[in-house]
Amino acid sequence: MTVEEIHQLLIEEFGEDKITGINTEAIDAWIEVAADAIVEVSNFLKHDERLKFEHLNNLCGADYCEPDLKKQKKFDHEPHVEVVYHLSSYSLKHRCVVKVKLPRWQDDTEGEIPEMPSVAAVWRAADWHERECYDLVGVRFTEHPNLRRILCPEDWVGHALRKDYEFPLEYHGIRGK
Amino acid sequence: MSIQVEDPRLVEFDVRTDEMLVNMGPQHPSTHGVLRLLLRTDGEIVHEVTPHLGYLHRCAEKIGENLAPPQWIPYTDRMDYLAGMNMNLGFSLAVEKLIGMEVPEKAMTLRVIIAELGRIASHLVAMGTYGLDLGTFSPFLYAFREREIILDLFEEACGARLTYSYLTIGGATHDLPNQVELPPGLASVTKRNPREKMRWVDALLTFLEWIEPRIKEYHTLLTRNSIFIKRTAGLGIMSDEMAMDYGCTGPVLRGSGVDYDLRRDGEPIYTRMYEGYNFDVPVAPFPNAAPPEAVLGDNWCRFFVRMMEVVQSISLIRQGIEKYDSAEGEYRVPYKMSTKLPKDECYLETECPRGAMGFYVVGNGNAEPFRARAKSSSFCNLAVTAPLCEGFLLADIPAIVGSLDVVMGEIDR
Repeated sequence: MTVEEIHQLLIEEFGEDKITGINTEAIDAWIEVAADAIVEVSNFLKHDERLKFEHLNNLCGADYCEPDLKKQKKFDHEPHVEVVYHLSSYSLKHRCVVKVKLPRWQDDTEGEIPEMPSVAAVWRAADWHERECYDLVGVRFTEHPNLRRILCPEDWVGHALRKDYEFPLEYHGIRGK
Repeated sequence: MSIQVEDPRLVEFDVRTDEMLVNMGPQHPSTHGVLRLLLRTDGEIVHEVTPHLGYLHRCAEKIGENLAPPQWIPYTDRMDYLAGMNMNLGFSLAVEKLIGMEVPEKAMTLRVIIAELGRIASHLVAMGTYGLDLGTFSPFLYAFREREIILDLFEEACGARLTYSYLTIGGATHDLPNQVELPPGLASVTKRNPREKMRWVDALLTFLEWIEPRIKEYHTLLTRNSIFIKRTAGLGIMSDEMAMDYGCTGPVLRGSGVDYDLRRDGEPIYTRMYEGYNFDVPVAPFPNAAPPEAVLGDNWCRFFVRMMEVVQSISLIRQGIEKYDSAEGEYRVPYKMSTKLPKDECYLETECPRGAMGFYVVGNGNAEPFRARAKSSSFCNLAVTAPLCEGFLLADIPAIVGSLDVVMGEIDR
């Protein structure tokens, strides 16, 4: 099934205020989903007979932001954070990319990371991937069974894959930078 | 002064004699690198497993955002350091997909030969160290004798023995050498003159001819060894549903009976490389080879899938060598370091020895990617440890973790 057909199915099921967009010009066409609808959409993607996306290949976040003032003119994205889901089906052998766009900071308060629901209950593979996304990109997945840092130590400050991340000057007496 | 004896029930509660927390790793030899497992045990029985990772974390993805793709290639082979060639290939293909680069036939054939040889080298370590985990030393020695020859061949081709950076964007850094000396390890086992000069592909053919009958010996040493069967068959059973749910890939998935291999079912840019090659995808169960104790999805099946893949890889390399001389084009298309990546994004998975290794590359009009993400297969395969190990004996933990064959460099990135 092509991404356009999947998009059409999702629109019929959930309506346009939950399925907010599609980009077919990208190399891997993607569908954009509203953050608060991601769990029901994921459940539909996984269990519907026509879709059967049993496998969550990858879940990752990307921070769209350009902290360098000189380069900001060339940067044509609104500052935001994206969570990207790469899905595939073993039985039907098709693929799909789903994206969720979030603000960089919750309620525009710098330092408060954005929140969205967790899909760990849909695909258990998402459990560790969401922990990694929380650790490195800084997205809080609500209702996650165990949202702790996974790669960095638990007392680490900041999220390293944020574009404006500053490397700590000191960590437990170890000099940085 | 009299000593006051406390209520024994309280003492027992205080020191918790009923349950113990056992730290396994990060220095434990059978955790395959720096993995730390925190086990809550009752006597010999493990109730809960909590893996702690990140000891090798260096945020390679952040480094990738600051380097042009060819400069990040050396970081990819340090992820899965046992299969550096396959990691180089995965990232190269992802970047080629992003910029829409076509690779000539000769480069593709070279890549198949090198990637499959890398798979053999990696599975040899998997086999040898799995034997070590279960307390037998000899398979490890044999595996490394064989691997040494492959590393010698790789060294002749690209100069490195572990972190190759050989397959790169557009093809490979060098063509396969025309004249090499027979690797000393191979000369000694085949009793040939070590100074004998030959083409690299002929040296490789000599090696394949020698290793093929050896596979039977490994089966005698491990696969059909009754102690090995007792330690692996019927343990760590994972259903196909569970394997898919946890996102397991590669031999772990196929060991649970899911017939899926990216070399056959992957995206066209990757499967095109394997067009015209004949190969089977070994999938459990193995009704003719499995011992009666083996169950679909257990340790033994996962191990046996790897052993069968080595046979397939040998056949693939032979077919590749046959095509190599008549293949058209050059061994590479030049790639300029200053090439601007388009404002687009792509994700590509390739079949590495440990499973599906994915690279997600986002371009933003600069030479450096805006986001370079490496999705590790071992990361997902390791996530399954906790549910697999619960309820088993402490001594079975190395047998289960070893059968997943994880490499920590790739998990921690």
